[in-house]
Amino acid sequence: MTNLRGKRLGATLATVGLVGVLAACGSSAGTASTSSNSTGDGSCPAGTLNAEGSSAQKNAIEEAIASFGESCLDADISYNPTGSGAGIKQFTAGQVDFAGSDSALNPDKGEVDAAQQRCGAPAWNLPMVAGPIAIAYNLPGVDSLVVTPQVAAQIFSGKVTTWDDPAIAEINPGVTLPSDKITVFFRSDESGTTENFTKYLQAAAPQTWTAEPAKKWTGTGEGREKSSGVADGVKQTAGSVTYVEWSYAKDNKLGVAKVDNGAGPVELTGRSAGEAVSVAKVAGEGNDLRLKLDYATKAPGTYPIVLVTYEIVCSKGLDAEKTALEKAFLSHFASTDVQKGLEEIGYAPLPADVTAKVETAIAAIS
Amino acid sequence: MTTTVTPSAGAAPVETFHGRGRDRWADRLFRGTATGAGLVVVAVVCLVGAFLVVRAVPALAQNHANFLTSRVFEVDGGTLRFGIADLLWTTLVSSVLALTIAVPLAVGVALFLTQYAPPRLAGPAAAVIDLLAAVPSIVYGLWAVKVLMPYVRDDVQDPLSRALGWIPLFSDVGISSGTVLLVSIVLAIMILPIITALSREVFARTPRAHREAALALGATRWETVRTTVLPFGRGGVVAASMLGLGRALGETVAVMIVLSTLAPGAAWSFSLLNGGETFASRIANNAAEFDSPEKTGAFIAAGLVLFVLTFVVNAIARLVVERQARRGTA
Repeated sequence: MTNLRGKRLGATLATVGLVGVLAACGSSAGTASTSSNSTGDGSCPAGTLNAEGSSAQKNAIEEAIASFGESCLDADISYNPTGSGAGIKQFTAGQVDFAGSDSALNPDKGEVDAAQQRCGAPAWNLPMVAGPIAIAYNLPGVDSLVVTPQVAAQIFSGKVTTWDDPAIAEINPGVTLPSDKITVFFRSDESGTTENFTKYLQAAAPQTWTAEPAKKWTGTGEGREKSSGVADGVKQTAGSVTYVEWSYAKDNKLGVAKVDNGAGPVELTGRSAGEAVSVAKVAGEGNDLRLKLDYATKAPGTYPIVLVTYEIVCSKGLDAEKTALEKAFLSHFASTDVQKGLEEIGYAPLPADVTAKVETAIAAIS
Repeated sequence: MTTTVTPSAGAAPVETFHGRGRDRWADRLFRGTATGAGLVVVAVVCLVGAFLVVRAVPALAQNHANFLTSRVFEVDGGTLRFGIADLLWTTLVSSVLALTIAVPLAVGVALFLTQYAPPRLAGPAAAVIDLLAAVPSIVYGLWAVKVLMPYVRDDVQDPLSRALGWIPLFSDVGISSGTVLLVSIVLAIMILPIITALSREVFARTPRAHREAALALGATRWETVRTTVLPFGRGGVVAASMLGLGRALGETVAVMIVLSTLAPGAAWSFSLLNGGETFASRIANNAAEFDSPEKTGAFIAAGLVLFVLTFVVNAIARLVVERQARRGTA
């Protein structure tokens, strides 16, 4: 027994040593970027700020944090993309300073009350990032595909199962559709993307899509983990389709369907998705900017399937230092420059009228 | 212990007393820490079990479906309805299939390393196989999804379902590539090093006399292996397999990445070309959105079943090892 253990220990140590050597070879010197403290225009409070939540806005907020950090070297802001539910939970428990979420605080789940209790004042939902959800497909030889809400609902609920189904062919004249089986990929984890996509299907095609919108998928298909999983699935499987954040469809060079809500096919661009946010109504009161998107909108040039992620903040209640930093960071995030830059990484910039409201709200945080 | 006779009879009594006193002190210290370590491990396992039970019971009490036989898992909203039939099936089938793939391979590798390979090759080769155990499971998962998946789909799954699709085990149920079969292959690679390492140790301990006797009777090398090494190592291989099975049952990240989950309401299928979720992957898939104690409890109840399952597997492994040990001493 001792002998056996000794040998195994030896083997383990050898393995560990080898791995250590490999790791040492692989790791390069850390990238130490040193830039002088450029003062910029606005205030640059020092301090740390912790946030957590939606993974849908991960890339956007990281971009904003990076550009904020370039001008404000003493600010330390971290964002942990653990999911909207987890973010809200950490926020109401007082563990993080603000939360990112794919959906506004839900009064039915007691989130509004819990957040108010944590802050000692109402919590506000500030729309910050608009992320279009693409209907991404992999059909060799088909460069352009149009779907209506009806057809999308039929595909994703399994009522249409082949690509050359008359329902699809009818709205795609001149496109040669293969007779392949449609493979639908959905998000196997609970996700705000699923919730927003099913909200769209239910609002725009209520007769066909009858399931209640939820974070868990209620349609047909096979589930893959997270956005990267479904995007990978579509990339590897001819004849497949999924709903995924635009950035993933772009990165994987997947086909993105044009959506026809009734006013003609609309291609997904930063502009057409931004339109959907500007036609949205503010459902919250005062500076609580909870948006109500009109998924069934027939406004021309509007791409209707958009996910809005919010920063959920205390209207008051943080200590002075954190409040100053939070306000500075959020105004930076909402600024035109940052918002415009987000389009390159697959988000849609907030329209000017929404930005104005967000800025008013940020200024009112105390 | 007190009657031990000191070998050096000429040693001074004071020195002996002094030495023995120090020994006793060290002895006590060692026994204390060893006992403490043992107790801590037992306590941790008991506490984990207690935590699972405490959290699971309230959810189970509110469960409106049969926990063991139901296939639904509805934990959002007012009423809880959840059962583990699907999870249990997928977990067991993927792990057992992984074992069926891994054990013959591992035994073959272990036999090669201990009986056939020249010692100069055996050492480095064993280290390389041990290295497989050091690869993080997420790496296996990513590799399986990005590299292995298309090959298994085009070269194994599709021909299999075309040729043998009439057998329920291989029927095509519309899952493109993230199937139980693929997961089992990945799991098999992951548990291979554990089974190989342990089998190698038991095979290497085959009494030299047994082997020489077989050779003296004119047995070929394969006959020697068959008549001495394999019977001697059988218990060890079984125990190693059970350890591998325990690992496969609980594997989370790789399964989560690879296995396609099923849409709600998907028809039941015995097919290995179906998707699904294991206990661990279902919990991990939903962990980010545990927003109420009841919902969390439902998943913890599933975790409790996995805990018990793993416990049973390990208990079986222990029994086998003990029986083997008794036979070995007799």
